[in-house]
Amino acid sequence: MTPPLLSLSGIAKRYGATRALDGVDLALHPGRIHAVLGENGAGKSSLIKCMAGVVQPDAGTMTLDGTPVRFADPAAANAAGIVCVFQELSLIPDLSVADNILAADPPRRFGLIDRREQRHRAEELLARAGAEDIHPLALVRDLPLSRRQLVEIAKALGRRPRLLILDEATSALTARDVASVFRVLKDLRRQGLALVFISHRMGEIAELADDCSVFRNGRNVATFPAGTRSDGEVVEMMIGRDYSHAYPAKPPPVPEATPPALAVRDLGWGDRLHGLSFAVRPGEVVGLGGLDGQGQRELLLALFGVLRGTSGEVRVDGRPVALASPADAKAARNGIALIPEDRKTEGLMLPMSVRENLSFASLGRVSRGGVIDRGAERRAVDEMVQLLAIKAADLDVPVASLSGGNQQKVVLAKWLMTRPRIVLLADPTRGIDVGTKAEIYRLLRRLADEGAAVLLYSTDYAELIGCCDRVLVLYGGRIVRELAGDAITERALVASALNMNGAEAA
Amino acid sequence: MTSPMTPPVTPPVTPRLDPVAPAPSRVPAALRRADPAVATAFGCIVALLLLGSLYSTSFLSPDYLLQQLQVGSFLALVATGLMVVVLLGQIDLSVPWIVTVGGMMSTAAAGHGAVGTALAIPFGVLCGIGFGLVNGFGVAYLRVPSMIFTLGVDAVAQGLMVLKTGGSAPQDMATPLMRDLATGRALGPVPNAVWVWVAVGAATLFLLGRTTFGRAVYAIGNREGAAYLSGVRTRRVTLVAFAISGGLSALAGALLAGYSGKAYQGMGDGYLLPAIAAVVLGGTSILGGRGSYLGTTAGVILITLLQSILSVVQMPDAGRQVIYGTVILAMLLLYGRGNKVGG
Amino acid sequence: MSDWRFHLRDAKGTLSAAAVFVLLFALYTLNHPAGFSANVVQTAANKGVLLAFVAVGQTFVVLTAGIDLSVGAIFILANCLASVLVTGTPAHVALGLAAVLAAGLACGLANGALVVYGRLQPIVATIASGAIYFGLALWLRPEPGGDVDSTLADALTGQLAGGLPASVLVLAAVLLLVWVPFRRSLLGRAVYAVGSAEASAYLSGLPIRRARLLAYALAGLFSALGGLMLAFFTYSGEASATNASTYTLDSIAAIVIGGVSLFGGAGSAVGAVFGALIFRTINDLLFVFDLDPLWQPLFLGLVLLGAVSLGSLRLLRLKNRLELFGS
Repeated sequence: MTPPLLSLSGIAKRYGATRALDGVDLALHPGRIHAVLGENGAGKSSLIKCMAGVVQPDAGTMTLDGTPVRFADPAAANAAGIVCVFQELSLIPDLSVADNILAADPPRRFGLIDRREQRHRAEELLARAGAEDIHPLALVRDLPLSRRQLVEIAKALGRRPRLLILDEATSALTARDVASVFRVLKDLRRQGLALVFISHRMGEIAELADDCSVFRNGRNVATFPAGTRSDGEVVEMMIGRDYSHAYPAKPPPVPEATPPALAVRDLGWGDRLHGLSFAVRPGEVVGLGGLDGQGQRELLLALFGVLRGTSGEVRVDGRPVALASPADAKAARNGIALIPEDRKTEGLMLPMSVRENLSFASLGRVSRGGVIDRGAERRAVDEMVQLLAIKAADLDVPVASLSGGNQQKVVLAKWLMTRPRIVLLADPTRGIDVGTKAEIYRLLRRLADEGAAVLLYSTDYAELIGCCDRVLVLYGGRIVRELAGDAITERALVASALNMNGAEAA
Repeated sequence: MTSPMTPPVTPPVTPRLDPVAPAPSRVPAALRRADPAVATAFGCIVALLLLGSLYSTSFLSPDYLLQQLQVGSFLALVATGLMVVVLLGQIDLSVPWIVTVGGMMSTAAAGHGAVGTALAIPFGVLCGIGFGLVNGFGVAYLRVPSMIFTLGVDAVAQGLMVLKTGGSAPQDMATPLMRDLATGRALGPVPNAVWVWVAVGAATLFLLGRTTFGRAVYAIGNREGAAYLSGVRTRRVTLVAFAISGGLSALAGALLAGYSGKAYQGMGDGYLLPAIAAVVLGGTSILGGRGSYLGTTAGVILITLLQSILSVVQMPDAGRQVIYGTVILAMLLLYGRGNKVGG
Repeated sequence: MSDWRFHLRDAKGTLSAAAVFVLLFALYTLNHPAGFSANVVQTAANKGVLLAFVAVGQTFVVLTAGIDLSVGAIFILANCLASVLVTGTPAHVALGLAAVLAAGLACGLANGALVVYGRLQPIVATIASGAIYFGLALWLRPEPGGDVDSTLADALTGQLAGGLPASVLVLAAVLLLVWVPFRRSLLGRAVYAVGSAEASAYLSGLPIRRARLLAYALAGLFSALGGLMLAFFTYSGEASATNASTYTLDSIAAIVIGGVSLFGGAGSAVGAVFGALIFRTINDLLFVFDLDPLWQPLFLGLVLLGAVSLGSLRLLRLKNRLELFGS
């Protein structure tokens, strides 16, 4: 084999208390496609960011063509021929496709952009990306997500990469687009590029990859030539993790006959949610599983009255309800709470004080005629601070000054103060420390024990296994599998999330 | 519409602590957040007074200072309403003509007998609230940027007032009550207009600090999405905030009519930009979500004082504008800078 | 390849503004007592061109999702400066012209520096800087007066062969010289990109700081061009506070009518020009229809409100209410 183009040794990266990468070794060879697999949070995206210069590793060395390198920013990595197609698109919506593809380095004549030449090159690059049908003059704003992804690939190609990193570049694509992207990637491999390909789709990896690396807990647990391990073995490698989190014991299942607190029938929304039907009974913790972006988020938003134009029926305590806004959902007659996904932009008003954030959703309970009873507010807030053991020097400091874990507790507490009967959670433990995670698990169980119906979306399989009485696995906006009790295993979750059983629900 | 920076108001004002400042046992959170800005503003007030007293000792005479507070109270009313809107992260550019609406509609009502005279001020304020509601509807429900929508409403208000005064010559004399409120001194040496300011200020402090509405205003200014997901009807809050701004501008107009004896076109010119400056110099973020009423009070006093000193030392208008702009820029650079974004 | 479809879409705002203008202007001239005559056109053009210059200046800044509330003051400052400098020998006149434009550029650059390096919010920074610029204008011209080279003034504001108003030609020439290269430069692209998605623009490696500086500088330059033209029309300079704020606010209205998005990233200077012309024609229309001039401000206000509210139709298509809040 040729010497590696880029090799990593002992790369480590920490974010606060979280160890994202822990002594990673990896060698990437020209003319080969290297697939990287791993669960959410296994360290794949940190790995990419280090290679692409978005973040700098804390330890370890990267060697390019045999010389050690260090990239201060994406531009430096770019200059060295390392180009990344990020999941978060870097396209500018109001510019045309051609403008975007050659954004910072268009062909010029007499100092001015040569539009004809730019268009020519854009067409070429689009063709290389297998997207000849995208018109170079179309506005990116007007393209559907899958087409934008192809533009993003074309843009990356325009930077003349030697190492091209694709981070789940196919996750938003239709089967037809995937096929054309694959042709492109194989072409690039023939031309001698090194490619790193990250995907959750086993079938794609089997078709494309020359080498595979499996990541787990920030480590590269195994690197092997593609096709030398079975799917089952690969899944085994991905999940072989330590269950160090303390999950509270699960009570016996809630009887089937218990009337559900939340019953959903045939819920649909645009092309993102299709015919979802399920029920959550008081005392139950029901999980939402599956790969990221399969409609879990939209489902929670729909149940909280955020989405317009949903179809189907939602019943709360047996009553059909029309949820037109979060205010409706929160109202005492419905008692729904949503712990949103992004605590910094959706859960909290960061510059406002801890106290103001805590009481904000339940001001109605501590006020009369719109006037806040400060005594009542203080009592209610203090009670929650104690209950959740929120660590803040002072409740009047901005909530932004708390640690991530404590911020998340504030979001939870804020909603517990409304005394909800149905609790929706969107990935509540993302990016927080182990100790706080365990506290949150105990809290969820306690809520359920006190009679709340809990619907928990998590990207962490272990969490779904440890916390949930039942798990609904979503794929493409549909429920493809329901797992209950002992059937909730990592293997089952991973398999159904990848939709490997061919369980494509109609 | 508005003349850039020339407010009709002039001379200086007391550095004595804000009459509407709360006296709670502990420092309120809102104050602490805005601390550097408010402190700087008050520091500048003291500095300006000292500077003025070098020129003439009359700058420190109580009577003179009270008179300036009286003049500043009109700006204060406008700035109060504007601040509520700015806290939302919006702006109300319809101030000039809503002030005029307040003045002209209240004096017009006074033309309708005893009942009209009695209801003159409430009627003027109500008209202002009406325009404010239109603003709020456009911004909250139609989601037109407030910068352009309130501009349109300002033009409409202007159009209606021009029509009204152009066709006939309606009653434009202020009622005795309006005059009395604007110029009289019923309670001790303090002018009535200052008492109106104190009352409105106290109500605003209460509204912003002690009510669910006030909390919602700050929350929306910080992050409307988060406030919405907390189950707050954010659009309604925005609507009400604009109504408040409209009502207070109109009240200022009614008092201003009382102050000058009658209402006239363009009487609100020159209030918008000083009001924005007062709000921003008082530490309220133009992006919303951050600011205290104490700061706005300081800003109003500061602006009034600055204008008065410049006029007392007989600085020509040109120099006044330059100094005015420079001082505001200097103060903003001192503490009003945004966070670094992008690259 | 059906390119015209895309070109049409790019130019939609501009074309509809142009169409509305043609319609309104036809309506105006048809009903004008003097009919469609060179004089009528010249008068209308001269009024429209002044606002058009300021509106084009405003466009550059609004494309970056900013706002410049000092354009009116720069307009007036340039007007006063011209009434002092643009007179005398041809060499003096030429130097004076250059000085006026340089002053506008400098004012704009100062605004840009306040926003980019001072990290001030555009709205407050330009309110304050506008006061300074206006103060300077007042210092130059405490009383209306002064003089400009009348030969040059007449040439630039009169009629050319065929009755074409010269002022329109000046506007067109400037646009050709500035807007066309701007649109085809990397910095021009960066101006649009900053207003559309600043983070993506940064990720893409576009020069976003220089783009902002350029936008404010051009706003100053175009406002100064407007002020210069005003001096040519009136042969004098006047530090009118009313004019300063009217032109600032009308420039915002004009660009919105001309299809420039206040959220940044979309619109064109040509659209802004037509927006300005529409705004001025509406005024004149009321006059020819014998509508009491008292109705004029109300009518203008209602037109403006109606025009900006049209954009709200997009709300009907919104499926996720969180998108209302743009975060």
